[in-house]
Amino acid sequence: MLTYALRRLLLAIPTLLFISLVIFLLLELSPGDPLGDVPMTVPPDVKEKMREALGLGQAWYIRYVLWLKQFFWVEPMHWFDQAFGTSVVAGQQRIISFQSRSPVFDVIAQRIPQTLIVVGFSYLIGVLIAIPIGIVSAYKQYSWFDQLGTFVSMVGFSMPTFFTGVVLIIVFAVNLGWFPSVYDTTLRVTDWASFKAQARQMVMPVTVLALYNAAQISRFMRASMLDNLRQDYVRTARAKGLTEKTVVLKHVLRNSLIPVVTVIALGLPAVFGGAIITEQVFQVNGLGQLLISAIHANDIPMVLTLTFIFAILIVVFTLIADLLYGVLDPRIRYD
Amino acid sequence: MTDPATDPARNRAQLIRETASNAAAPGAEMLPPDSPVVAAPLNETPATRSQWADVWRQFSHHRGAMVALVLFVLIILFVTVGPYLWTVDATFVNIRARNQGLSAAHPLGTDQLGRDMLARLMAGGRVSIAVGLTAMIIAVTLGSLIGILAGYFRRLDAPLSRLTELFLALPLLPLLLLMVTLFREPLSQSLGTGTGTFLLIVTAIGATSWMQAARIVRGDVLGLKEREFILAARSIGTPNTRMVMRHILPNVLSPIMVAATLGIATAIITESALSFLGLGFPPDFPTWGRLLYDAIPQMQMYPSRVILPGALISLTVLTVNYIGDGLRDAMDPRIRGR
Repeated sequence: MLTYALRRLLLAIPTLLFISLVIFLLLELSPGDPLGDVPMTVPPDVKEKMREALGLGQAWYIRYVLWLKQFFWVEPMHWFDQAFGTSVVAGQQRIISFQSRSPVFDVIAQRIPQTLIVVGFSYLIGVLIAIPIGIVSAYKQYSWFDQLGTFVSMVGFSMPTFFTGVVLIIVFAVNLGWFPSVYDTTLRVTDWASFKAQARQMVMPVTVLALYNAAQISRFMRASMLDNLRQDYVRTARAKGLTEKTVVLKHVLRNSLIPVVTVIALGLPAVFGGAIITEQVFQVNGLGQLLISAIHANDIPMVLTLTFIFAILIVVFTLIADLLYGVLDPRIRYD
Repeated sequence: MTDPATDPARNRAQLIRETASNAAAPGAEMLPPDSPVVAAPLNETPATRSQWADVWRQFSHHRGAMVALVLFVLIILFVTVGPYLWTVDATFVNIRARNQGLSAAHPLGTDQLGRDMLARLMAGGRVSIAVGLTAMIIAVTLGSLIGILAGYFRRLDAPLSRLTELFLALPLLPLLLLMVTLFREPLSQSLGTGTGTFLLIVTAIGATSWMQAARIVRGDVLGLKEREFILAARSIGTPNTRMVMRHILPNVLSPIMVAATLGIATAIITESALSFLGLGFPPDFPTWGRLLYDAIPQMQMYPSRVILPGALISLTVLTVNYIGDGLRDAMDPRIRGR
């Protein structure tokens, strides 16, 4: 198990390096110019100096290695310095956004809470809805509840989040006026009233994302429950006189959760990055929106760093899901 | 020369027929066909049902899938035949007739430039569905090719599986956004706005969504390779190309078809998501996602303009998903009801 984990970790390093190179080269190939917005009246030599100042003077491989060094050494050590008051990387250049001229990681740190609160909460709610629905659907297969559940999950799965989001805005924000249509990120929760305002503005984005996630996870849950309900050990458990509740909620549920837990883990990277569209619909000022605005502004360091962080999250959570599967299911052996 | 796969399948088919002619008709349908595809049986008696007739019979019992199929055909007719019946130009700007409601001249009203919504929905749907189909064809061709190569040739397995894993680790939506933003301008300049963007979006979606198909096909090919009919074919000296085309490919066709159906749905959603983020087709080139995006600023006044394209996207994706579900059930009866 441990050797397997170590091997996978070692294997993840070249994968991540390759992905970073792909993203870097893709950006390098781009015809867009970060100085494209600079007025034509600026003389060419000044423009050349601006280019130098942005670090665009050198060849691409030098910049790539420099970026790697900044990402894997300077940035972590910077946070280390801040935390412990040391000065390991004092005075070394951090990754700077073209757009705001501030360190990329500071901007990301500002945006993470919004994304985590809205998207993370909706994922949690989605999982909490999906699991009971999956259990009941599988236990009463082909009942009206199952038929309805399958249909609703099919619909939830098929409606793109930008459509459900816009429909909710039209119905609940425009026509009924119950919830605000734009997420206000400057709101600070200090007392009961602001807490209520925060809860109200979270309702719609959370509903949209929770519906979408619940639709997917409940289908997995149902399939997994159906698999297990037909197993011999279920018959044995019933035959020795256990109550139906114990059989379903202890024996079957625990075994059915194994694959579902890995599916949930695999979906987690999307919590950070994949909710780009929902954040755009409700103007949530999170990581997804940061990425879109950076793409529009040709802010190469920001796009590179953000995309690479998403890639790291995907690789890490895939690894976690695989290891979790082995921990939860002793039949899986990795050696 | 008979395909070795034919005989057991024929026996099974006869068995099914005999059982079906007896009393227990509903139970007999549950029997799984032994071999997924009977490849061109030469000396077949006319009474033997073909595999595809079986699949169709199973499929037609799936009520949701049948309703979905009818709806999907209607949508296809709406976007292909529709423009011949409703001949208003989708890009004709009539600024005096802007923001109109429902009327005889404009059954679904007009948009902020006086363009007819019905015609725009038809034109947009044609682009959206064309993108979905083409991207799916690219993804499935790529996926099956890589899957078959990885599963069949042991030497290629490790590098190709690594490649698949690598692609699965890529953050796809951000990369798609990047690819489209970076290459939209130069491609539209060299190939024309419509074609350039179409090719870019279709290739980008196709190149980032082949992995699931490749994994499924690889797994199936690995299993098939151990079967006796492959051994028999090899023992009479079948060359590799023939082996793949004649014996492997027909037998992995059912997972490929299911992956293809579901691929259309993802491709349509991805395209409309790109359009929704303003990174898809140019404004004068209507697609359902683009129509929705264009209508957002005025959704308080004219909600129908947002809801109509959105509902069409959802309906198309829903029907395609149901058809995929029905196909999967029809082709693999072991997993029916999941």
